[in-house]
Amino acid sequence: MTDSVTRDAPVLGPSARSAAASSRLFLGLTVDRRYRLLYKPAVFAASLVPLAWLTCSLFGWLGFSAGVDPVKFLELECGKTALDFIFITLMVTPAHHLAALPHLRRLRRMLGLFAFFYAALHFTVYVALDLDFNWHMVGADIVKRPYITVGFSALLMLIPLAVTSTNRMMRRLGRRWTKLHRLVYVIAAFGVWHYYWQEKIDVREPLLYAAALALLLGYRAVRAWRQKHLVPQRVQRTSA
Amino acid sequence: MALPFPRIPPSQITPPEIYFDRRTFLAGALATGVGASIGSARAATLPGQAGAPLAFTPNPSESVDALVHASGQDEQPNTWGEITNYNNYYEFGVGKTDPAAYAHELTTKPWSVAVEGEAEVTGNFHLEDFLKPYALEERIYRFRCVEAWSMVIPWVGFPLATLLKRFKPTSKAKYVAFETVYRPAQMPGQASWRAILPWPYREGLRIDEAMNPLTLMVVGLYGRELPNQDGAPLRLIVPWKYGFKGIKAIVKIRFIETQPVTTWSQAVPEAYGFYANVNPNVPHPNWSQATERRIGAPFFHQRQATLMFNGYADEVAYLYRGMDLHRYF
Repeated sequence: MTDSVTRDAPVLGPSARSAAASSRLFLGLTVDRRYRLLYKPAVFAASLVPLAWLTCSLFGWLGFSAGVDPVKFLELECGKTALDFIFITLMVTPAHHLAALPHLRRLRRMLGLFAFFYAALHFTVYVALDLDFNWHMVGADIVKRPYITVGFSALLMLIPLAVTSTNRMMRRLGRRWTKLHRLVYVIAAFGVWHYYWQEKIDVREPLLYAAALALLLGYRAVRAWRQKHLVPQRVQRTSA
Repeated sequence: MALPFPRIPPSQITPPEIYFDRRTFLAGALATGVGASIGSARAATLPGQAGAPLAFTPNPSESVDALVHASGQDEQPNTWGEITNYNNYYEFGVGKTDPAAYAHELTTKPWSVAVEGEAEVTGNFHLEDFLKPYALEERIYRFRCVEAWSMVIPWVGFPLATLLKRFKPTSKAKYVAFETVYRPAQMPGQASWRAILPWPYREGLRIDEAMNPLTLMVVGLYGRELPNQDGAPLRLIVPWKYGFKGIKAIVKIRFIETQPVTTWSQAVPEAYGFYANVNPNVPHPNWSQATERRIGAPFFHQRQATLMFNGYADEVAYLYRGMDLHRYF
């Protein structure tokens, strides 16, 4: 991954500058150690904040409350958090290009796994608390209710991505790994669709997500087009 | 509201033992701190901000016992806190807690109601005069939202039929249409930039539905004046229909010959019909209506079967004899 970043350097001025900057020491730590000892633990802790908030709300700790219908609250908030993490994951690549932070990608796997974690929690709340483990109803919902079909498909697609997120699987799959992980674009679209479709009438918030998704995917499309047509000598892109 | 009826203290309607029973049940079911915290919220008695007490008599045929008898399910009334903090009242915002947060901005005194259309007596009425002739009663009804959640609510009111008869509707009065107040300055959800429904809110009933003895004009909750977020000062409750039929803050009642346009059926006609009868066999396009989640029930035991006409089939099924309820949903 770092390889492709270095190769990007001639095209992207800021990237080149930051690649040089990143070799400088900060707090006496190299980039590697900085990520391992500071940034990754910090992002991990921050990613647990929604879980802590949901827990406090459920138990009424620290003045938080899950309201009159805790089941709906948990279900909705877990789902939205999962969607948020998918979007944060999708922001990593543009951020590393635009803000010249190539090493941000080291955080992407963790963010993606948190998206999977919150999506699985969302599904668990739905099965356990909303439907009281009535598997017959779960099955009927998945088959008959298009918005649940779409949401469930998104969850299923997240599974192979989570399973192949290890270094070993990345090495084993090579280029196919990148291709496989492009599924995240479909997952994000399905997630937004699922959110949009379950609304009775007020679709303003789902539409905001849709607009953000259009930006994130549009950025990639434009970049891919430019690389294909404006820089013909550079064909190989490895970033997903 | 000085009526010659004994004032029943709220504690008599819902004995504390019921709450405490329920609390123990919850705590046992959850076996953690959840039981205690949610349980105590549920066990809360009427808070200080509850409105003035009303004089009323409980209607024995619409009691908790009657509900349990009809359904065989747990039918304990939801708490004041639940009923007043979980509302769909888009005039105040689309969030379930928006009405509780903003409804105090609505001034309900003075209030007047216009009666129009195919009736011998029409005009504008001060709410006090409008309500004066009626003896209030408490009826504990199931409340089923189209979103597939439900509550049990002790309303205070009087049958709509007794009100309508006073205006002597003519033979042309085939339907009754209702309208909610339109006051964007006091109802933030009505402001044009966030108006997601065509305001004012409109609802309607067929005249025989309106005259059914179950159909209730509501002015109170738990023996107190109705809180604003629940539709003060005057709302409709039609217990065999989805909650959105129960129009709130009524300012207009009109007798008409043709079926009136209603807000939700106008906004999303494929999902919401004029009738909106609770019917487990007719799904919403996005979800099944076969079951519902009872708000406040213990975790892992909230789902229960939805009953035809919300459990009031014996009283109302005759109104729809011969009608295709899949078509007239």
